[in-house]
Amino acid sequence: MYGFEALTFNIHGGFLEAIVRGHRSGLLSTADYNNLCQCETLDDIKMHLSATEYGPYLQNEPSPLHTTTIVEKCTLKLVDDYKNMLCQATEPLSTFLEYITYGHMIDNVVLIVTGTLHERDVQELLEKCHPLGMFDSIATLAVAQNMRELYRLVLVDTPLAPYFSECITSEDLDDMNIEIMRNTLYKAYLEDFYRFCQKLGGATAEIMSDLLAFEADRRAVNITINSIGTELTRDDRRKLYSNFGLLYPYGHEELAVCEDIDQVRAVMEKYPPYQSIFAKLSYGESQMLDKAFYEEEVKRLCLAFEQQFHYAVFFAYMRLREQEIRNLMWISECVAQNQKSRVHDSVVFIF
Amino acid sequence: MAYSSSWSRALVAISPYTFSAIGIAVAIGVSVLGAAWGIYITGSSLIGAAIKAPRITSKNLISVIFCEAVAIYGVIVAIILQTKLESVPTKSIYEPESLRAGYAIFASGLIVGFANLVCGLCVGIIGSSCALSDAQNSSLFVKILVIEIFGSALGLFGVIVGIIMSAQATWPAK
Repeated sequence: MYGFEALTFNIHGGFLEAIVRGHRSGLLSTADYNNLCQCETLDDIKMHLSATEYGPYLQNEPSPLHTTTIVEKCTLKLVDDYKNMLCQATEPLSTFLEYITYGHMIDNVVLIVTGTLHERDVQELLEKCHPLGMFDSIATLAVAQNMRELYRLVLVDTPLAPYFSECITSEDLDDMNIEIMRNTLYKAYLEDFYRFCQKLGGATAEIMSDLLAFEADRRAVNITINSIGTELTRDDRRKLYSNFGLLYPYGHEELAVCEDIDQVRAVMEKYPPYQSIFAKLSYGESQMLDKAFYEEEVKRLCLAFEQQFHYAVFFAYMRLREQEIRNLMWISECVAQNQKSRVHDSVVFIF
Repeated sequence: MAYSSSWSRALVAISPYTFSAIGIAVAIGVSVLGAAWGIYITGSSLIGAAIKAPRITSKNLISVIFCEAVAIYGVIVAIILQTKLESVPTKSIYEPESLRAGYAIFASGLIVGFANLVCGLCVGIIGSSCALSDAQNSSLFVKILVIEIFGSALGLFGVIVGIIMSAQATWPAK
């Protein structure tokens, strides 16, 4: 019952909620980012990060650092935090935490299938996979030739199995089909997650509905923009949009027929929350759209921490960490390539 | 003794000692329920938050102490109530004076029990938020403590009214 979660939430979730709030206090602050942006080399970055929570993960790295190493070690910290929380969680929190990683599983599946299509080595691809989305039989994905085999050989044993019903075809896997498969899987995953949160009820349902609706809408806009000028038909595009969110159903109707970015902008400006995002971009410009969406997402994620006794803080923490790792990657790349003037193009401050 | 069969007659036929006993049980039992509920709500958040911010542990034990006070109120009132029980001769068990004494003890127990239940819950929930806020920003602790003090006054109100109620639980003279 909404409003009375405070009475019983702490029985199972109190300890972990306190832990995740402790982790949140360890996110990098604006002062940290300013220090990092002033760095000249990757070793400087390592030195600044050693004073933060990433210290123990980076301190043993040998001196010629690469940006991928920094990102890998920081991701390792996220994975450790996640696993510590998951092993202490009971139902339904443990299911909730697992749901958070299915998105990464989908990305890993698509990575391996695409890489195999382009004749890359399986081991190399496995190293590039996100650690949160690993599952046991992931290496066998390289063997599959079409989606039916993909499902039958590997995915039927994973949590992604129920998401496959909509996209099993006997067509061979090629670039276009893989992207459609990725988006169909993600659509099914978001809808499933949304239904799960609604079933949990209370503050979790309310806050997660908002966060997931934003995610669904953002994906709809990205799908639209990326499929302008490709062979994707309007009906196919329409099928990739999730059936919840602010844009459902009328916004989706309009987005499905958009042919360029200005039309997309015209559609989105009818919705006040997204109008403020698109107002930051001048006409015809879409590079800053990603950053604008990230900023809006970070704002909403930080708001999730304002309320106590719900599960959305776990989701928010994982997403904020991922955003932080994206920031670190951008800063490291700018420093490594000596383009420090572009550092602020893509860093989203969390606090 | 009453012989007709309406519900009000049935209630009056219950011994006042039954009502007194139930009142005393509720006074201590429900108070302790409230205290325990509050302590676990605060305690679980406090333990988790203290992992990242160990400095909060000693100050935030105040929240646990406020919850514990609620249980102590229950014990005190239960002891006071049980000293009010007196034996009366069989012929005057169902006299109006005896019934009044029985009901007074019952009501006193209910008052104290349920006031302490909600007080314990209130202080527990605030204590949990206090621990989490203190871990992020230590200047918030004293301000949230003021809210807790107002919350714990609720239990005190219950105790005061309960003791006043029980003061008039006078059984008829032998």
